[in-house]
Amino acid sequence: MKMVKSTLAVLTTAAVLGVSGFAQAGATLDAVQKKGFVQCGISDGLPGFSYADAKGNYLGLDVDVCRAVAAAVFGDATKVKYSPLTAKERFTALQSGEVDILSRNTTWTSSRDAGLGLNFAGVNYYDGQGFLVNKKLGVSSAKELDGATVCIQAGTTTELNLSDYFRASGMKYTPITYDTSDESAKSVEAGRCDVLTSDQSQLYAQRIKLAAPDEYVVLPEVISKEPLGPVVRQGDEEWFDIVRWSLYAMVNAEEMGINSKNVEEMAKTTKNPDIARLLGAEGEFGKDLKLPKDWAVKIVKQVGNYGESFDRNVGAGSALKIERGLNALWNKGGLQYAPPVR
Amino acid sequence: MQTHTFKPDMPPPVLSVGVLGWLRTNLFSSWFNTLLTLFAVYLVWLIVPPLIQWAFIEADWVGTTRADCTSDGACWVFIQQRFGQFMYGFYPTELRWRVDLTVWMAVIGAAPLFIPQMPRKALYGLCFLVVYPLLAYWLLHGGFFGLSTVPTSRWGGLMLTLVIASVGIAGALPLGIVLALGRRSDMPAIRVLCVTFIEFWRGVPLITVLFMSSVMLPLFLPEGLSFDKLMRALIGVILFQSAYIAEVVRGGLQAIPKGQYEAAAAMGLGYWRMMGLVILPQALKLVIPGIVNTFIALFKDTSLVIIIGLFDLLNSIKQATTDPAWIGMATEGYVFAALIFWIFCFGMSRYSMHLERKLNTGHKR
Repeated sequence: MKMVKSTLAVLTTAAVLGVSGFAQAGATLDAVQKKGFVQCGISDGLPGFSYADAKGNYLGLDVDVCRAVAAAVFGDATKVKYSPLTAKERFTALQSGEVDILSRNTTWTSSRDAGLGLNFAGVNYYDGQGFLVNKKLGVSSAKELDGATVCIQAGTTTELNLSDYFRASGMKYTPITYDTSDESAKSVEAGRCDVLTSDQSQLYAQRIKLAAPDEYVVLPEVISKEPLGPVVRQGDEEWFDIVRWSLYAMVNAEEMGINSKNVEEMAKTTKNPDIARLLGAEGEFGKDLKLPKDWAVKIVKQVGNYGESFDRNVGAGSALKIERGLNALWNKGGLQYAPPVR
Repeated sequence: MQTHTFKPDMPPPVLSVGVLGWLRTNLFSSWFNTLLTLFAVYLVWLIVPPLIQWAFIEADWVGTTRADCTSDGACWVFIQQRFGQFMYGFYPTELRWRVDLTVWMAVIGAAPLFIPQMPRKALYGLCFLVVYPLLAYWLLHGGFFGLSTVPTSRWGGLMLTLVIASVGIAGALPLGIVLALGRRSDMPAIRVLCVTFIEFWRGVPLITVLFMSSVMLPLFLPEGLSFDKLMRALIGVILFQSAYIAEVVRGGLQAIPKGQYEAAAAMGLGYWRMMGLVILPQALKLVIPGIVNTFIALFKDTSLVIIIGLFDLLNSIKQATTDPAWIGMATEGYVFAALIFWIFCFGMSRYSMHLERKLNTGHKR
């Protein structure tokens, strides 16, 4: 199996290198406008980021990126078709043109950005590997975990990050690796391990699975950088800009205090030149992006600003209750920062 | 003259008849068996009461949200709330009647085939096999004659499982029979071709086939030409399973004595009529268990489409457990999936036993 995997990896890389760079500037937007919807690659199920409700509607933070792009291009956030993709097929689907955007909790790394012929349009969630422990252990920092039994939810780099961290801190640990999140949640609950490690966004989802979620905490340390963001094909800068600025519009809107309820009002009455430029009341900034003048209004009206989207899908307004942390705005101690529209 | 009257038989010892006798011979015949029995009873006692407790006594049956699941047992509310999605996937709710109709048409259309006295059964069966798939495609997919299109990306749940399984079976059986005949052919070119095909597809795991169809194939196709994902998976499943069916059928062909071939040839039958009228009817009858075995394996293998992001029954359930409103309901979901899979597989195996009894009268000893 391992050999099959590595052979496949080599083949994939070879094939990928062969086809990369076929996208032409403007081609994607033209194609999208012609077919009348954005084809969006999402996860095949990740709490808070992309999941389906009982009616079959897709929801989540990653889904909202696609909806924002559709709102910008068509003025209608519902003009999206979703392709649920597994982790293995996601890049192929984007490269082969099956999807226009890949918004699927994908970590921005140099090898993916440069080696796969892709471009990351921004970061819609700053994730990182963390630790979940029972409050009873009385541990308040990952530095106190020497000698702990660690449950690992197998991921692409989870084990490596963990061993790096413990080695760098000169601590010992006993690893137990699980394949699915259900197994690892059960074993933390059963006390088979002292601490569970995975990406923080996953840990919050794990915590809901436990019988008494309030007895567990996610430690403050983050031992790896996992910036997640939407990805597009390299070579079509126009489409890249649209996706990037759809995301920035949401962040800018939050910073300026524009939300889905007041956006239309603001667009008409604002005196603030920054807001006027973003909402198309002043200047022709939509035109540069080949978008309608009120593109940002449509995004904020239909999808909400970044804070609203975060809150609804993963934050305080959701079952996950993830704190803003790194994902707070730059002026509130976080990393979410968007260049200005002007 | 004294007539001898037999005394009535003594009743057998109490310990060798009835429940006690049965217990004694079957469960407590030696100290080792006694030990095994006691151990098994202990295991059952360990597993069954908590299971019943969890699944029935302490379970929550009614409600609409997770908050309605207050007791410690299973939360069947989850299954009840998501039942539609488990059955139809993301098929639009207002169009689900089309799926229902497709199933009913299969049931009603196939019913005459099970009536023994039905005249011209073969002809009817053939027509059904030609007409039904077209009708089913029209109903499920739509896009012409007034039905709106439902793209295959919206298909899911049990419906998708059944589509993959039945298309796989319907495609793999004829292809497999042809391959089996080809492998025993006298013509070297055909034989080599069939052997290569069979050995190739038997040599790779299904998961690799699906993976290749979804990850590699799109890269080789010209840009803009995107093949339907379900279609790719179906072709993969058919090619893969036909190789297995071919080997099962070949086993049957080898079991037919040479005399049958010679007798058929002596009657002046050509190759196709010899096979169709004399050899295959006997051979297929012999390999029913093997074929049904392959079908059951195929039905269960459909859940492998999870790795290419198709939402069959199992993946629909997995997907539903990622809804933050229902996180942690995986156990209930998987128990439900197991139950559905078991019902279908058990049904298939019972039907195959019935078929064997009906067709196998000549061979019964």
